[in-house]
Amino acid sequence: MSGQTITRAHIAEALQSELDIPKQDAAQLVETFLDLISDELVAGATVKLSSFGAFSVRDKNERVGRNPKTGEEAPIPPRRVLVFKPSQILKDRVEQGCGG
Amino acid sequence: MIKSQLITVLSERHPELTAGRSEKAVNTILETISSALAHGDRVELRGFGAFSVRFREARENGRNPRTGEPVTVRAKHVPFFKAGKELRQRVDESRGPERK
Repeated sequence: MSGQTITRAHIAEALQSELDIPKQDAAQLVETFLDLISDELVAGATVKLSSFGAFSVRDKNERVGRNPKTGEEAPIPPRRVLVFKPSQILKDRVEQGCGG
Repeated sequence: MIKSQLITVLSERHPELTAGRSEKAVNTILETISSALAHGDRVELRGFGAFSVRFREARENGRNPRTGEPVTVRAKHVPFFKAGKELRQRVDESRGPERK
């Protein structure tokens, strides 16, 4: 594991060279891509990206949690959370690349 | 929403981008993220979320779902996504005040 952190800038650079477009345009594309996925999820829809994975939202009921530091009980209110389920292809690539 | 729909909407938002180049853009973005994870790198997209690789220890309490037989699950590396603060809040707020 090399432990680097990839950011929007790195992705924009990849787009810039793949599509041969100005950096500014590449950065805007990354932004639109993330916005489109976000808006779908906020609308309650699922986003399935074949060979990558699926983003979806899930409603959680209220439950009793615990403050891990103090051990005190605290109610966790009902909420809606975002979940990502990686595809088998992505899982296999990560397993082969990182440990195997 | 599936990948082909995301590609269509992306090219609608960026009229300079043909459908074919929009497909290339989406695939380049996903491939950049996937290959980073396969190298054990972290992908941080502020506001949206972060992809990382998590190590799962081997466990003895696995079950063959068909036969119920106990099986050992070997240690592995799995892709993991944690939603960013902004998107997490937007998703939670989309639950709507009228629902419990």
